[in-house]
Amino acid sequence: MAAPRVIVVGAGPAGTRAAELLTAAGLRPLVVDEATDNGGQIYRRQPAGFRRPATALYGTESGRATALHAAFDALRERIEHWPESLAWNLWDGVLHVLRGERSHVLPFDALILATGATDRLIPLPGWTLPGVFTLGGAQIALKAQACAIGRRIAFLGSGPLLYLVAAQYVKAGAEVTAVLDTAPAGARWRALSLMAARPALLAKGAALLARLRRAGVPVHRGVMPLRLEPGASGTRLGGIAFRHADGREVRLDCDAAGLGWHLRAETQLADLAGCAFDFDPVSRQWLPRIDEDGRSTVPGLYLAGDGVRLLGADGAEIAGRLAALAVLRDLGITPPQGADATALRHQQQAMDRFRRGLAIAFPWPAALAASLPDETLVCRCEAITAGELRRSAGALDAPEVNRAKAFSRVGMGRCQGRMCGLAGAEILAATRGVPVAEVGRLRGQAPVKPLPIAALQEEEA
Amino acid sequence: MAVAGMPLMNAAPESLLRRLDEAHRQPVAFTLDGHPATALEGDTLLTAILTNAAALRLSEFGDGPRAGFCLMGACQDCWVWTEEGTRLRACSTPVTPGLRILTTEAPWPRLG
Repeated sequence: MAAPRVIVVGAGPAGTRAAELLTAAGLRPLVVDEATDNGGQIYRRQPAGFRRPATALYGTESGRATALHAAFDALRERIEHWPESLAWNLWDGVLHVLRGERSHVLPFDALILATGATDRLIPLPGWTLPGVFTLGGAQIALKAQACAIGRRIAFLGSGPLLYLVAAQYVKAGAEVTAVLDTAPAGARWRALSLMAARPALLAKGAALLARLRRAGVPVHRGVMPLRLEPGASGTRLGGIAFRHADGREVRLDCDAAGLGWHLRAETQLADLAGCAFDFDPVSRQWLPRIDEDGRSTVPGLYLAGDGVRLLGADGAEIAGRLAALAVLRDLGITPPQGADATALRHQQQAMDRFRRGLAIAFPWPAALAASLPDETLVCRCEAITAGELRRSAGALDAPEVNRAKAFSRVGMGRCQGRMCGLAGAEILAATRGVPVAEVGRLRGQAPVKPLPIAALQEEEA
Repeated sequence: MAVAGMPLMNAAPESLLRRLDEAHRQPVAFTLDGHPATALEGDTLLTAILTNAAALRLSEFGDGPRAGFCLMGACQDCWVWTEEGTRLRACSTPVTPGLRILTTEAPWPRLG
């Protein structure tokens, strides 16, 4: 019997650990990844010729980052690796992958999707100005290109990445003018009992805050962002207008800003495959349904990492291993010695407690998204305003996000709702006066990212 | 940590991005809106452009300049064009010597 064909999409923490475990059981998986090399976004490697040591790039996580890179380097002869390749459709048990200029049709016996996440955003007035980036983007500029996103930089949003990126910028010698957190000052104390599930991580968070304090970076909590304002030229960021927790309205001078409120899962391929989704009230987003090991509702399809549960990099490594063990079990292959699904599941539970704590400590400001001024550009791709989205919800009576998308085109642009979708759902729900779960989720569409039409003319098996 | 003979660190005062490190790399010459420009080996096209200029492109919908956003291939807000009319996603394309990039307007094919 031929060896089963197992494909892993994504070579971040989850995909790498999944591939490692599959090879340990004697399989030779195909690993498809959009990036040039493994690491995902969080442990992204700097290009060849860069010299900064891992401690400069990854800080307290440098050990985990270098371990993940080394694990992948050790796999290179034992897997098939397609870097710079886009898995763009998953339909009828077949994965479609763009590699170079050709698309390939890939059947499989088992497929693990470890597609990761992107920043979750709120489309503020002025967020399209040059100088405004996502938090993840600001981190990539620094980590992978040794650049700061500007000269006087503010970070705005909520969640652990807000403080991590600000502290990384300080460490790299950039001028951070302020950290603006929309979470109320007292929120994190209410989350303490849940976050105590991972004391080491709590300590790291405290260390980040201490670094910011030592550098004299003001940290404002409970802020209400109002506008990202242009500078004198009118064509790039000059400042951020926000309301303090005490009600004062302030303008902070800065020429760059990083924005983000936790993460949103990349779920398009799972959606195209027909996986069932559930609304997750903790993250206020729809996530594919999985069992405790990562089996989706579609046979042969497994999901791991931030693309299905937003547990962060450590949780993704565990999820990748669990999904690989589930694949082996379902294919009737003996797992490698020492692999212990029970212990992994137990660790995963602690991560999930911490995740719930984070959502309380740094809540998604749904009301802020819902209350954006009508003239705010919600859709960056096609410059569509919150007012137009509200009109589709009101006058045109769209009951859910896909109908509203058809009317307004919010979510139809080339980012396919990645940047605007979750905030757009809050606007729609608030306009209609219903809970956000009731307006549903944007359906995925293939190709999940733009690709040249020529690539489709002759697909190769 | 500017290197002698390499005036690239923060060369353009109007540039959006600011280099903090890794200035030892070899220069890469390319063309930006018809003018000669210099990047460093290992730069993405986004870095190459935004260390020389303050924007990457104009929104097709008339709302002004854009300079990318997510840097991880998700937002598609960093598309630029070569003079020959090839579209490139600047955040995930390495800069290469001799590239001729337009940030002003897509070179639409002439009709008729």
